[in-house]
Amino acid sequence: MIFKRAIIVFIFLKISLLMLTTYSANATVWTVSPTTQTKSIKQALETAHAGDTIHILKGTYKEGNIIIDKPITLFGEDFPILDGELKNEVISIKSNDVTIKGLQLQNSGRMVMSDPGAVKVYDSKNIIIEQNILLNNYFGIYLQYSNHCIIKNNIIKATQKAENQSGNGIHCWKSDSIQIIGNKIVGHRDGIYFEFVKNSVIWRNRSINNLRYGLHFMFSNDNTYISNYFRSNGAGVAVMYSKKVTMIHNTIEENWGDAAYGILFKELSDCYLSGNIFKRNTTGILFDGCSRTLLEHNTFQANGWAIRLQASSIDNRLEKNNFIGNTFDATTNGTLTLNHFSENYWDKYEGYDLDKDKIGDVPYHPLSLYAVIIEKNPPAMLLYRSFMISLLDKSEKLIPSLTPENFIDKSPKMIPNKI
Amino acid sequence: MIEVQQITKHFGKFKALDNLNLTLNQGESIALIGPNGCGKTTLIKSILGMVLPEKGNIIFDGKNIQKDISYRNHIGYMPQIGRYPENMTIGQVIDMVKGIRNCTQPLDYTLYHEFEIEKLLNKTMRTLSGGTTQKVSATLAFMFPVKLLILDEPTAGLDPIASEILKQKIIDARNNGVLVLITSHLLSELENIISQIIFMQEGKVILHKDTELLKESTGQHSIAQSIIHLLKSGSL
Amino acid sequence: MMRILKYVIIDILKNRIVLVYTIMLALFSWSAFSLEDNAAKGLLTVLNIILLTVPLVSVLFSTIYVYNSNEFIELLLSHPVKRSMIWKALFSGLSLSMVIAFLIGTGIPLLLFADTSTALLMMAGGSLLTVIFIAIAFLCSMITRDKAKGIGLSIMLWIYFALLFDGLVLFLFFQFAEYPIESVVVGLSALSPIDLCRILILMKLDVSAMMGFTGAVFQKLFGTNWGLMASFSLLAMWSVAPFYLSLRKFKKKDL
Repeated sequence: MIFKRAIIVFIFLKISLLMLTTYSANATVWTVSPTTQTKSIKQALETAHAGDTIHILKGTYKEGNIIIDKPITLFGEDFPILDGELKNEVISIKSNDVTIKGLQLQNSGRMVMSDPGAVKVYDSKNIIIEQNILLNNYFGIYLQYSNHCIIKNNIIKATQKAENQSGNGIHCWKSDSIQIIGNKIVGHRDGIYFEFVKNSVIWRNRSINNLRYGLHFMFSNDNTYISNYFRSNGAGVAVMYSKKVTMIHNTIEENWGDAAYGILFKELSDCYLSGNIFKRNTTGILFDGCSRTLLEHNTFQANGWAIRLQASSIDNRLEKNNFIGNTFDATTNGTLTLNHFSENYWDKYEGYDLDKDKIGDVPYHPLSLYAVIIEKNPPAMLLYRSFMISLLDKSEKLIPSLTPENFIDKSPKMIPNKI
Repeated sequence: MIEVQQITKHFGKFKALDNLNLTLNQGESIALIGPNGCGKTTLIKSILGMVLPEKGNIIFDGKNIQKDISYRNHIGYMPQIGRYPENMTIGQVIDMVKGIRNCTQPLDYTLYHEFEIEKLLNKTMRTLSGGTTQKVSATLAFMFPVKLLILDEPTAGLDPIASEILKQKIIDARNNGVLVLITSHLLSELENIISQIIFMQEGKVILHKDTELLKESTGQHSIAQSIIHLLKSGSL
Repeated sequence: MMRILKYVIIDILKNRIVLVYTIMLALFSWSAFSLEDNAAKGLLTVLNIILLTVPLVSVLFSTIYVYNSNEFIELLLSHPVKRSMIWKALFSGLSLSMVIAFLIGTGIPLLLFADTSTALLMMAGGSLLTVIFIAIAFLCSMITRDKAKGIGLSIMLWIYFALLFDGLVLFLFFQFAEYPIESVVVGLSALSPIDLCRILILMKLDVSAMMGFTGAVFQKLFGTNWGLMASFSLLAMWSVAPFYLSLRKFKKKDL
């Protein structure tokens, strides 16, 4: 149902893109190059009319802050370099219907007060930012009060060491109907950051080695995340205070560390996760105050904890997921859980299947006694793999006494679910 | 050659050696006798350094044996019941002892040949009979040039022929000036071998006398009879 | 010394048990890596072998072996051989053969299936545990003359180190949950060689991130090269101390 809605949004955005391209039918093309008459982009911008294209040839342009205030296409050939010299915002878009394509934007200013970006879009719509290379900027692409924008196939890299010296790769604030597709974001603070963003699609992006979160959003409802790849970000992915988020076929891996999570779900409701892969994270998913979320066909592999359900989370459903090689499949800090598990595959399941319906005949308790102990007493992790702990766990499995009774999968699968 | 000075040894509450003094000289051949539990074996083991007395010293050739273990180069020891590593063969045991002794002088293979040890070299110690084990023990004890031979019940378990061979070997050793210390229950066997007798009881030396003097004083013809005479007359 | 060592090793090799032990270790390790669906799981099975099987076999076999070596010791003692030398030769002979058995049985599959640094750490840990439990066996055999009691004692010690000690630590964790007892626990873990070894290897397997603040403390203590060296010297202490005590007793023992 939610998935269907996401697809409708997606198609709608496609149609609006088609309308945009038909808009500038009889446009002039201006050429900027270090060797021709027009040596400056600013100069070309002044003379150009709405709907024109400025063709920028290879070269390095240090023109301070370039402000685009009319519908224009900036088209770079062989990635001409626009350098902000660590002082300026490189391009500021203050008009609708602007396209930026094929440029290399680098060294944006660092002033924390104004949050300068390589490209910053102010209160505009129908903006396309495509196939650019963004290097060593404070913020990469920054959208505010903008809608119907497409950010596609850009490479966004930064090399800052500390979080406070670094901005986000793609930063959207109070925006609507955005498409973020096929970008690669490396080394920023947050790879992709949303605040008050609605009805948007995030598809096939790669967010790697960012200092804080690979993806970070809050108060952003009705967004869909498909086939993205998040790896080795400082603290994984954090999503908060949002509703109706759909996540499909994303891979989240290698977020290993003290405060790192595959995904941190805080105060989320009515979300849908399917076909995602959580691999080698300290915690696959932490549910904190989440409700009515459905997780199905996801793979949790080699995580410390596959899922941690805080007691504040209710009515979440985990169905047909695969849990393979996790240290702990699940843990909770409460004694009563109101979440539902069914038809998951747990590699630690030791039951049998006499009627051969591929569903185990005895229920599986994903919560081990040791996990409960660790939850109350984290230092007890020191006893991990101790013989005594294995004995305790085995005895608890036989005669459950300390683990919550309703934390249970009554229909555990004997073989992994097909994803 | 050996001076035992006031040694005392307890095993728990049991007093095995009680302030014992003893001097043994080169060229003698001494029988150490006494009832079971009188401390004979403890004394021998003390001389060998297997048992460590609480008090007193043992001096070998003027040197305290606690300080220096090299005196054991001059001792040949044949235990009452030879106990050997079960998995080793006779050949390995002999090789090992030769290796440990690392003796530069020519070795004495008389018993080795006479007991036909070379035919048994590949047998493991576990499979040997008591008699054969004794033969190995004897061979090892007599193989090296020593000053002192300690023989604990040497003929027990040996067949008559082997027993005779061994006795002859003991006499040869004595004639070569080796101090021989023998414990035995069969005094008659020792008749022609020994020159002195030591009788022990409750950890003490009761009697230490030349055999000729002993026979003279008791008026008996053999050592065995002399001892029995003494025991009967209550002077022991 | 070398001469005695040679005969000790010949004797142990004839004992077959070491051979069976090697084959058993190899069987378990190879099957752990080839039957489990991922290498990490196999690694944990091997970790269990190192932490449980290796100490048990080492302590049991050595205790029995030392008691059975009485004849050998007596034979040597009537010859000019120092007592300490006999004891050291026995210890080195046993340690050498058991460590080699372990390295062949478990070390080779480890090197083939695990990443090199983890494999080396686990091999070092297993070898040290072997030597430590042989030293403990030597001490047991000196504490009582009775073979049955000695074997009983060595099994008790194994149960204590492998099982009861962890129970005690867990109990402490619960009793003092409100207090910052991390550093106390680090100190405590030094009191059990099995725990020390387990924690060392776990830190390498990167479980520390799952311990929150404590993990950071432990990572700081054990994760650095200094920590590694300190823990290895502690383990070395664990092998030297019991053996030294047994040596002192052996020098005064009546045979």
